[in-house]
Amino acid sequence: MSTSLNATQRKPRHKRVLPGLGLSLGSSLFFISLILLLPMTGLVMQTAQMSWADYWYVITDERVVASYQVTVWAALLASIFNGVFGLLLAWVLVRYEFPGKRLLDALVDLPFALPTAVAGITLATLYAENGWYGSLLAELGIKVAYTPLGIIVAMSFTSIPFVVRTVQPVLEELSPEEEEAGITLGASDWSVFRRIIMPSLWPALVTGVALSFTRSLGEFGAVIFIAGNMPYVSEITSLMIFVRLQEFDFPAASAIASVVLIVSLVLLFAINIWQARYLKRLHGR
Amino acid sequence: MSIRLDNISKTFDKFQALSPMSLNIEDGEMIGLLGPSGSGKTTLLRIIAGLEGADSGRIQFGQRDVTNLHVRDRNVGFVFQNYALFRHMTVADNVAFGLEVMDAKQRPNKAEIQKRVQHLLDMVQLGHLAKRYPSQLSGGQKQRIALARALATKPDVLLLDEPFGALDAKVRKELRRWLRNLHDEIGFTSVFVTHDQEEALELSDRVVVMSNGHIEQVDAPAQLYAQPNSRFVFDFLGNVNVFDAAAQGSRLTHQDAWLETPHQDGKTQAGQLYIRSHELALHPAPTTQAHLPLRVIAVNPIGPEVRVELAPDGWQTEQVWEADLSHADYERHPVQRGDQVFAAPTSGYFFTADSQGSPERLHWS
Repeated sequence: MSTSLNATQRKPRHKRVLPGLGLSLGSSLFFISLILLLPMTGLVMQTAQMSWADYWYVITDERVVASYQVTVWAALLASIFNGVFGLLLAWVLVRYEFPGKRLLDALVDLPFALPTAVAGITLATLYAENGWYGSLLAELGIKVAYTPLGIIVAMSFTSIPFVVRTVQPVLEELSPEEEEAGITLGASDWSVFRRIIMPSLWPALVTGVALSFTRSLGEFGAVIFIAGNMPYVSEITSLMIFVRLQEFDFPAASAIASVVLIVSLVLLFAINIWQARYLKRLHGR
Repeated sequence: MSIRLDNISKTFDKFQALSPMSLNIEDGEMIGLLGPSGSGKTTLLRIIAGLEGADSGRIQFGQRDVTNLHVRDRNVGFVFQNYALFRHMTVADNVAFGLEVMDAKQRPNKAEIQKRVQHLLDMVQLGHLAKRYPSQLSGGQKQRIALARALATKPDVLLLDEPFGALDAKVRKELRRWLRNLHDEIGFTSVFVTHDQEEALELSDRVVVMSNGHIEQVDAPAQLYAQPNSRFVFDFLGNVNVFDAAAQGSRLTHQDAWLETPHQDGKTQAGQLYIRSHELALHPAPTTQAHLPLRVIAVNPIGPEVRVELAPDGWQTEQVWEADLSHADYERHPVQRGDQVFAAPTSGYFFTADSQGSPERLHWS
């Protein structure tokens, strides 16, 4: 009795216009589990073998803490550099017409396409004291290869596309009318950039810089060849993970990795929430 | 402030957007630039603003030569077609923008800016929306904010690009009346672009009709309607029926159809007769003056009049003819779809075949 009543009272089912929700969502979730969630579970499982005290001991080891500092500072400086230079590059690619524009546009993706180890070796060779750039910089008394500066160079090289590719589409969609409106109201070029263009660009730029930052936190291949890897000076966190793996201390490696993972995730979530709020205001609620 | 355009021209790549043209706009006048899309009206407006540079010619605001002056120094107010409000600023900040970017020397202080903004918002009757963001406003409200923003810096001239294009008919009419009142009150010189003839005729002191990059006619609305000086202006100003005629004795003929010329001397020439749809009477039988057989293809009672669509019977026209009848006339002699009727013009404008000049006005008694 009650079942039949339920059946008649059930809301009418609306057929979706777009087919395949079940199948596409199902397979997406399956692959996300396979390539993201499963390895992360493995990481947690590995770490779970340790007690909290051991865990704390491993992740606060003096050499490891020094590596955090090196990594975070280098990643921060590299992503700020990328924020400025990437914005400039995106601006040039969107706003001006010049011969070779397509080529430059394609070259932006090169750091993604190039194996990071190859990039690392190339950068190390270029910036070594007898390399093309290194020999010139040596005359000025600047050493890049095998110093923390080298880490910044490698990090910014591998992560610049993040900034360019997030800013570029937003810049393309800016309506020229808003800028023209600003100019007819008497604003200087700088005022137009600061008060009209930047506020629209800001979410994309921050996202790009944050992506660049998190990518730099975990960069390994490109950095180790140019860093010199001196303990307490130019050792990065991902190298510390590698070292623990070499010692077959898998739980310790996982523990350090979990720190990097948590920092990256927290940062990405925070940026996403901030951006959603900002955009809500821009496009109405 | 008066605007004087002298020999302005503009080409984009190889496309001649504006042929050399001159135009004088008096102080306090409201001018409508009317034309179909691609006629160069928006280009002309942008050249006046300085958003586009002219290839030749000079522009003067009052006694000031602004030809080579940058947009930001011309002191114009510009209202964009899709408003171009700054999305990330509140309504009040949008209106204040022009004041806040002034040089430190000229810029009013904060309290003064706030007072001016509130005054402007009250003027456009939107004072209560100061804290809102543009995305929370309706189209008509956005338009009024855009106008307040443009007026904030007390511009010498106000330029509007299709100001009511994106609004629905009712709001458009309301805003049009409101803008007209505001103009009469403050007395700014303004130029607006439109493709809507009704809007141009209702709002402007003088209308500039443009086509293909040149000016066809500049006249006050009443004058423009009474004396269109070219076929283009005639066509553009609304529904008109064209009788493509050959001369035959004292008659204008086209296959089975003919019209007796009203001239005393009975002389005729080949050409085209333009008849406005409300200057066309319908009869059940041909008259002594006109034999224009037509078949009724639709009867549409629209507001105060009945619009009858007509197809020629035994002769040809390029477009369907229309007759606008008063309800009284229609009831005296109702017609139905499929009926044959005979049309007789009460007056018309005759363009001779060999000239591009002004038409001759014809009246039938």
